[in-house]
Amino acid sequence: MAAQPYGLIAAFATPADLFQAAEKVRDAGYRNWDCITPLPIHGLDRAMGLRRSIVPRISLSGGITGFCTGMSMIWYMNGFDYKLTVGGKPLFSPLFAFPVSYELTILFTAFATIGGMFFVNGLTKLYHPVLKYDHIRRGLDDLFFIVIETADPRYDAAASRALLAQVGGQHITELEA
Amino acid sequence: MAHAESTAGAPAILDEVKPAVLPRAPMVGNNRNFHWITEKICGIVEDKTPAWWWVCFAVACFIACFTVAGLIYVVATGVGVWGHRTPVNWSWPIVNFVFWIGIGHAGTLISAILCLLRQKWRTSINRAAEAMTIFAVVCAGIFPVFHVGRVWYAWFLFPLPNYNYIWPQFRSPLEWDVFAVSTYGTVSVLFWYVGMIPDLATLRDRFAAAGRITRAKIYGLFAMGWRGSARAWSNYEMAYLILAGISTPLVLSVHTIVSFDFAVSLIPGWHTTIFPPYFVAGAIFSGFGMVLTLMLPLRAIFHLEDLVTQYHIDCMCKITLATGTIVGYAYAMEFFIAWYSANPFEGFTFINRAFGPYAWAYWIMISCNVITPQFFWFKGVRNNTTFVWILSLFVNVGMWFERFVIICTSLTRDFLPSSWGYLSPTVVDIFLFFGTFGVFSVLFLLFIRFLPLMAMAEIKAVTPQADPHHGHDLHETDPINLGT
Repeated sequence: MAAQPYGLIAAFATPADLFQAAEKVRDAGYRNWDCITPLPIHGLDRAMGLRRSIVPRISLSGGITGFCTGMSMIWYMNGFDYKLTVGGKPLFSPLFAFPVSYELTILFTAFATIGGMFFVNGLTKLYHPVLKYDHIRRGLDDLFFIVIETADPRYDAAASRALLAQVGGQHITELEA
Repeated sequence: MAHAESTAGAPAILDEVKPAVLPRAPMVGNNRNFHWITEKICGIVEDKTPAWWWVCFAVACFIACFTVAGLIYVVATGVGVWGHRTPVNWSWPIVNFVFWIGIGHAGTLISAILCLLRQKWRTSINRAAEAMTIFAVVCAGIFPVFHVGRVWYAWFLFPLPNYNYIWPQFRSPLEWDVFAVSTYGTVSVLFWYVGMIPDLATLRDRFAAAGRITRAKIYGLFAMGWRGSARAWSNYEMAYLILAGISTPLVLSVHTIVSFDFAVSLIPGWHTTIFPPYFVAGAIFSGFGMVLTLMLPLRAIFHLEDLVTQYHIDCMCKITLATGTIVGYAYAMEFFIAWYSANPFEGFTFINRAFGPYAWAYWIMISCNVITPQFFWFKGVRNNTTFVWILSLFVNVGMWFERFVIICTSLTRDFLPSSWGYLSPTVVDIFLFFGTFGVFSVLFLLFIRFLPLMAMAEIKAVTPQADPHHGHDLHETDPINLGT
């Protein structure tokens, strides 16, 4: 194989096995590595040493945008562009503008959250080297994998393979790039 | 450790005291493993289409034709073909709108509020309940859109520039409703879809392995390249939690705003402050009625007893009981306030509801909504699936009548007896409403045929073996057989 491989993949049978292995790979100082799990495992992000997701910040900015959009839209439409007098009430009041602004806050937060999640995860990606692995579908069924990428500065074909074997990984395979 | 330190100075006996082990109901029966869950749920989509599905689909399409025919007739002729006449200018279409939108609320309650409350039993019913929400909103949306009279002007409801240079009137609760319902529909679809991405990826890989490439490509397109990466799961879980967090105020606000359509008016029987909580409780009550109506047959047909266990049914029955009792309390409180307010119009409206020309509808409502759920106090009733299913049908019927009673009895007795009336539906009203059950069923049948009926990844996550500290002490790993 001429090209540099993508990395090494190792299989684990249970979430408990994967969890302990992930802690050891983290402690070995790897950066470019990942776990493949068919279900969200509670606490795995900490076991992997991941930082807190930034999705909430994107959501908050979406929510603030939504609320301001609602308030300014209603002020512009009913109080400025076409002054609509109803029952002698003020042309604009945040009170009657609130329900619509509230709904728009939620709508924009939802779009920001989902868009942010896709963006941060780099999704809408229809191909990834990991998907070439013959047994990867077990990673969305009942098995658990750890992938160490060759892009990691600490990657060393023999040492990384030994580490994966030592933490209990089975069927350690080299992934094509 | 913390426990040992805190009891360091205490009598030694405290170290011997063990907290009582309270057995928790298992979420998945018979201790099924991950692969069984995948096979069970994917099998529903992958197997050959069963004969009963085609029969149900044909019947549902036929029933849906009633709505299509009714709408064509209404648009071609005009809304005068509906039964409402002054003083009853809101009738069946608005009743049907509130009925369907209310049904949707249980789906969001299960997916959002129960997620925040960490109710693990939601996992096996949330997908189907969210689908129910979306399809109910579709059915609900038909009515207000056509109720505007000239449906080709329905886009005036949205703040879009038009040739009259005017904008919607944002003081009106009806305009709030436009935003509430359209936001609700959109966010429900997003929530449903995001929840489905990992399961779509599972189906993608299975279809690819089975050589069904077209299907693999279609599921793959919607799976967005999901590959179960733990880094992606971390962001995904956060996004899902935020969606649950914002859907909770959303679902409470939607029916609150629907109730404002009535409560902000001056009609006796509508102009009450109890409406928002009362409508929300009623919506959840009716929605759980519909969830039971749908899930119990699915459980029996697909043999899902290990995933929708008796514990799940118990939980749903108890929520139905609780919300039904809240609704009953609201009925009583409306009467009390009508008397206590000393407002003769308000008092008359309520006496008229119970004993006037629509007393039959009122007592159907009371018996279905207040008496029916009380059966759920009894374990024997909750264990009898057939009986629970029949009771859930009564809940559905009762909640339609609730909206009918609220809307029609208040309007038929105007302030001046000279303008009193009585509403009878026309055949067009009946066609339109009857057909929406077909529309709903067509969509729901397509859902169970083509999409994963249950959230596989989430169900796996509530099994005992998903706990990363499960079996920690007796650690021995069996060799993995990767197959061929």
